[in-house]
Parts: sequence; C-alpha cells; structure tokens
Amino acid sequence: MSEHIAPTRTPAFEARLKKRYAAEKRFRSLGLAAIVFSVAVLIYLLGTMTFNGIGGFQRAEVEVPIDFTQAGLSADPATMKTPQALQSLQGQGLPEVVQYFAQESLGEAGAAELGAQAWRDVAQAIIDDPSIVRGEQTFWLPASADLASGYAGEGSRELQALAAELDSAGKIDKNFDVGFFSRADATNPQQVGIWGALKGSMLTMVVTLLLAFPIGVLAALYLEEYAPKNRWTDLIELSINNLAAVPSIIFGLLGLAVFLTLFPNLRSAPVIGGMTLALMTMPVIVIAGRNAIKAVPPSIRDGALAVGASPVQVVFHHVLPLALPGILTGTIIGMARALGETAPLLMIGMRAFVATPPDGFTSPATVLPMQIFLWSDEIDRGFVERTSAAIIVLLLFLLLMNGLAIYLRNKFEKKW
Amino acid sequence: MSLTILLLLALGLGLAGWLAARARAWTFRKASPTGRLASLPSYHAWYVALWIVLPVLVFIAIWSAVAPGLVTQSVLAAPAADQLPAFGFQRQTILNEARAVATGAAQGVFNPLAREFVEPYRDALSFYNWIGIAATLVIAFLGGAFAFLRLKPDFTARTRVERIVMAILFGASLVAILTTIGIFVSLVFETLRFFGMVNPIDFLFGTHWAPDPMSNPENPDPTRYGAIPLFWGTLFIGAIIAMIVAIPLGLMSAVYLTQYADPRLRAWVKPTLEILAGVPTVVYGYFAALTIAPAIRDLAVDLGASNPSSESALAAGLVMGVMIIPFVSSMADDSIAAVPQSMRDGSLAMGATTNETIRRVLVPAALPGIVAGVMLAISRAIGETMIVVMAASTAANLSANPLDSMTTVTVQIVAMLTGEGSFDHPATLSAFALGFVLFMVTLGLNFIALRVVKRFREAYE
Repeated sequence: MSEHIAPTRTPAFEARLKKRYAAEKRFRSLGLAAIVFSVAVLIYLLGTMTFNGIGGFQRAEVEVPIDFTQAGLSADPATMKTPQALQSLQGQGLPEVVQYFAQESLGEAGAAELGAQAWRDVAQAIIDDPSIVRGEQTFWLPASADLASGYAGEGSRELQALAAELDSAGKIDKNFDVGFFSRADATNPQQVGIWGALKGSMLTMVVTLLLAFPIGVLAALYLEEYAPKNRWTDLIELSINNLAAVPSIIFGLLGLAVFLTLFPNLRSAPVIGGMTLALMTMPVIVIAGRNAIKAVPPSIRDGALAVGASPVQVVFHHVLPLALPGILTGTIIGMARALGETAPLLMIGMRAFVATPPDGFTSPATVLPMQIFLWSDEIDRGFVERTSAAIIVLLLFLLLMNGLAIYLRNKFEKKW
Repeated sequence: MSLTILLLLALGLGLAGWLAARARAWTFRKASPTGRLASLPSYHAWYVALWIVLPVLVFIAIWSAVAPGLVTQSVLAAPAADQLPAFGFQRQTILNEARAVATGAAQGVFNPLAREFVEPYRDALSFYNWIGIAATLVIAFLGGAFAFLRLKPDFTARTRVERIVMAILFGASLVAILTTIGIFVSLVFETLRFFGMVNPIDFLFGTHWAPDPMSNPENPDPTRYGAIPLFWGTLFIGAIIAMIVAIPLGLMSAVYLTQYADPRLRAWVKPTLEILAGVPTVVYGYFAALTIAPAIRDLAVDLGASNPSSESALAAGLVMGVMIIPFVSSMADDSIAAVPQSMRDGSLAMGATTNETIRRVLVPAALPGIVAGVMLAISRAIGETMIVVMAASTAANLSANPLDSMTTVTVQIVAMLTGEGSFDHPATLSAFALGFVLFMVTLGLNFIALRVVKRFREAYE
C-alpha cells in the first residue's frame, strides 16, 4: 500500500529510516549498557569485599583440652571480680599451664605455634566462670599468625605440613571470632579487632553531631526565615555553598593549622576529629535544612502570626517541628558521609597505632575508615581478610544510616 | 576531663537558674491582681538561664584554649626544667609522658627525666582545674544575679530572650564565613612562609618534585619543589582518566533513566547508582589497590608492556571515574528534566526518533547544566584523596602513559604531613602551598559551575 499513498517512501528513504531505527536501537542499548556496567561494578565491588571479608570474621583456632585439676590454680570468685584477676592468674602460672597442655595435645611443634596471647582467652573464661578450675575443659585457642597462614595454604612448607597434620587430627579449625568485635588494633592479624576503631568512630560522630546539628539547623533557620536580602547574606550563602564543595582534605589542613595549634595535647583525640568533621558536615545540614524549611507552606506561618505569635515563636513552635523530618534526613546523610571520611582525620594525626579502645573524648583514638586504611598497608594475608571484614562492617553501618534516611523521608513526606 | 566537668557544671547551673527564675515569676503571677505578666514565666526562666549559660560557655571556650599553656608554663618553672633538652621534639615527648602519668592516662614513664615532672604536672593541673571551676561559678553567679535581679512583673522577658535567640541564630550562620576565613587564613599564612623559602615561580613552574624533609631547612634547594608533575598527575588522573569513565557512563545512564526506562526500573536503579557515591573513598582505594591495579598490571604484561608499574595512574583514575558516575548522572538528570516538555514533544512531532530528540534537542538545551555538573565532578575528582593515596604512587612523574606511576597534589599533601617533619621545614610547608592551590582551583570550578547552573535555570522560567 505504500507506493501510491506515500510516494515519498522511496527506497532511499526506506534505507535511511532503517538506519535511523538502527541508530535508535543502538543508542538505547548503549544507555542500558552504561547502567548495567555501573551496577555490575558495584556488585563486583561488594562481591569481592564480601568474598574476602567472610574469612575475616573467622580465625584459625587449635583445640587444647585443659585439665585444671592437675594445674592447681586457685580461682577465688571474689578475686576474680576485681581488676587484678588477670594479673593473679598470670602470677599463678596460667600461661605455662596453657603451654603445657598445648604440648600434650598438639605436640612440640604445634604448641610453639599457639598464639602468644592465647592464655588470655583461658583467663577470661576462668574470670567469667571461676568454677571451671575444678574440672576439665576444652578450649579453642587462637593459632599463631604463621600457622593460620599455613592452614590457609600459604607460608612455609613446614607450617603447611603441620597445619595439614593437625587438620587431619581435627585439632585445627576456622571458627567464628566473636572477639573481632570486642578487641582493638594489634600487630598480629589473629589478635586484631574493630571495637577500638568502632568506639572511636562513635565518639567522633557524637562530637560531630553535637556541633554540626545545632549550628547547621540554627544557621538554616536564620538564612531561610530572618535574613535580610543583602550582600552580607549573599556572602554567607556563597561561603556555605562553597564549603559544601571544598575537598575534605582541606578541612584536615584547617584542623591541623587551627585546632591542633590551639589544643596541641589533643592530637588524634575524637574531640578534634569531631570538630574537623563538624565543619565539613555543617554546610550539608544547612543546605538540607533550608530545603526542608522552604517546603513548609507560608500559610502555617501566616496562621501563627495571625493569632499573635512572635516571629521567634512562629519558627520554633510551628516551622521547625514541621521541617524536622527533612532536616533529620539531611543530617543522617551528612553524618554517613562523615563516618566514611578518612582524609581530614589523616591530616590531624588519627593514624596512630592505638591498641586500646579510647575511654573518652580526649584519649587517642582511631576511626573505622582509618583502621581500614592502616590495615590495608599490612602485607600479611591475614590482614587482607580482616580489612575486608572491617569494610563489610563499615558498609553495613552506612547502609543502615542511608536506609534510615530513606525510611524517614518516606514516612514523613508530606504534600501540602 | 575537666572540660566535661565544666560543661556539666554550666548546664547544671543553667538549670538551677531556670527553675529559680520560673518560681520567682510564678510568685509575681500570684501577687499580680490581674494574674498576668508582661511575659510568661518560662520566658523569665529562659532569660536567666541564658544569662548564666552563655557567658560560662564563652569562658569555657577561652579557658580550654588558654589553660594547657598556663599549665605547661608553671611546670617549666619547676627546678627540673633546667635539665630538659632544648630540642623541641624530645622535650615535648618528655613533657607528654609526664602529663599522661599525671592525668592517669599512663601507668609509668619511659624516660627517667619525665618522673621529675609528674608532681609539678599534677599540682599545676589540679590548681588550674580549681581555678577553672571557681571562675565558672563566679561568672555564672554574676550573670545569674544580674538577670535575676531584673525580673519584675512588667519585665519584658520574651522580647529580650528573642533578641538573644536572634543573635544566636545569626552567630550560627557566621560559622560558615568563619570556616571559610579560617581555611583561607591558615592556608595563606603557611603558604607565604613557604614562599619565603622557595620562590613561587620555582614552585608553580618547576618540573622536578623531590622534597627532602631531612635536608637543612635554612637552605632549601628550590629546584626540588617544582609542582608541575603533581598538577599534571592530578589533572591526568582526576580530569582526564576519571572523566573518560564518568562522563559517558553518567550521561548515558541519566539519558536512559529519564527517557527510556520504565518508572519501576528507575525507582530501583537510581538509588542503586547512588550507593556508588555513598561508598567511602577508603573502600574504593582498597578496591583499586587490591583488585584493579594488579589486574591492570597483568593485562599490561599480557599486551607486551615491558615494565608496568603496579601503582598506575589508570587504576586510580578508573576507580575514581566509577565513584563519580552517580554524581554526573544526577546532575545531568536534573538538567535534562528541566528542559520543557514542549521542546521534546515538538521534536518528536516532527518525526524525529527519541535518540535524535535527545542528541539534537535535549542535550544541547541542557548543556550548560551538564557542563556545570562535569565541572563539579572534576573539582571533586581532583580533591579526592584516599583513592589516589592508596592506588597511585608517591613518585612524581611527568608522563602521558596511563600505565606509569604518577602522584597527585592530595597524595603529596598527605605524604608531606604524615611524616615526622618539623613545621618550619619547606617540605612540610609545601603541603599547605599545595592545599592552597587545590583550594583555589576547586573554588574557581565550583564558583563558575554554580553561576552557570543559576543562569541556566532562569532561562526557561
């Protein structure tokens, strides 16, 4: 039917049309390919981390049955409750007892590859339940880093042989390492944990939140509700917009030049890290806060003003409560960014080796991303797994925060 | 420790003032024949509480900056101070050790000399702690008494409280300006010190970068501070390789998501892409160093490269590009969505296919927004630190081969400031000069991009 109704549809036109449709198809699949590629990279990234990291939650442990009746330890329940319990057990020769039973169970070579701090796990078990010193108990104690890598099929041939021998006797195994969540940094991948870094992250985030949230919200209220339109206000707005885009390492330089000059004793303390991150997070909160405040309809303000509220009462009794969910969403996103930030903290000296969890805002600490960075420099195979495990924990926290932000946004989203 | 005590003290006193003032206002109310006051009792309470807490907070802020210096000074007045070494670093270590023992942070000292200082430290710390607490009490009492004595039935407490609240709001908005000024001043100050030692011309146009933190700071070799290789490395990794990845992928994703995709797919894919931007950069850096860089090296070996570096510019740039994708795509998304629907409909009505409409109508119309988005993306890429610190090298290299190792401005800032160098050395100070250049460049890019976006947005309104 084409010839006489549409004489323009010449063969040349048909060919052109075919080409154009082909181009259309190509273009469309290119777009799809771009998305598929990006998502694939994300899946690959998360997949590699998970694959590497699962092993990081485990550690190689050897089986050591200990007959406490032969050891003659005295574990008086009253002493075991005091902070000196560990010292008391050490003084009674617990390390030697553990070493002796390790030799009985694993042989000379095997006992030499028992983790140097393994007796502490036994001591902890005794402190938790002093009655076990009257009986026999089987412990799974951490192997040395060398034996662990031998068990993983790496390292020297002798250790691989030893690991295989213990394995066939069922005396070595990879067990879920609960202590990974309760210990701090160490030099031995078998002994490290993330609690120190996690606690440091939490303390830092508390400082960041306490500073950035009130300042950000108050500044947003001022700019959106009261600020006169003049050059001064423009200058404030300009500096907030620019701060939101300044590279994070520059904030680290500011913290180094200003905060560490003012408080030289607080190097690598959460309070300084929190102050630095607060300056970085504040503009994000201001921008999110202004959008949330802008979304509150003017009729609410007019209604409040009409019944005699003062401008300050209008804002604090009516506008702020309505805008709060939006502000909170922005705050959580800003905090999530601060939680993953490393570069500014690197500048202010939070890269130190900290083997004990921080006990306050002013004690030396490290944060989770920094712990990942520090471990990534270790070449030991065990640290690769531990690093990926720490990354999994960090990503879970971030997903949780972002999920919370999305939930809040959906729950409180209001159309006026 | 003492800071927490002071803050708790301030809050406690504020609460006490609040309760006292409210009780007082209630007695006015009972005594008043009409039962009305000029302001509600709670405003009287807030008035007194603010008069207590604000001066105390100002005092605490100043005190916490001043007190450590006073403590050190009085410790140095102790007789043992004569034996201290004059050299700054060692001297500081000894003092820090003594301080740690005195505050209970450490059990014992390594350096025997430090033991001499434990007692003076303990004395000085408790002395100044008590001074701090006493001054807090006095200031709180004075402020509270002043405010409390002004309370009367016809006292306009609300107006005054609101005036203070407005001042606080204004002060909060000033923090942004103060931060900007703080960044600027601290960078400029240290940069000028650096330029006092190394000629800016040598720094900005030299092609050899090899600062030696151990050299004699009095007489630096200016030819070692040529930053051109760093600028080139930064541009090559952040603005060239990363953008070759990010611009096509980001743009195509945005086009597909806005023009072709089913809304249900879009609802899933958009947040998924945003996860890419939310992954911490240290994770990307780890990914680049552990997975991508070795893969690229193996690939280069297979392709016949003789001696590829394991820390290639390509690895850092590729991963950085992936990180930037959602950034480019959301900016492009916004500006394509801002093109009026009538323009799109017009083009389609003329018989153009969707792809012709996108390429000939939508993208040109949205171009200013897209360009602005790309500029913001570049500014983010060149300021990115952790990916390049972990995946790029510290060797300055002026080369156009993506398989070579290269270093960037941010890598060098980290390298210069995380060593043990002293703050009077040009190598350390050069980090601030590099930071200053980085700050100015990103500021310029952001400023232009924001202007372009603003102008473009107005065009269709």
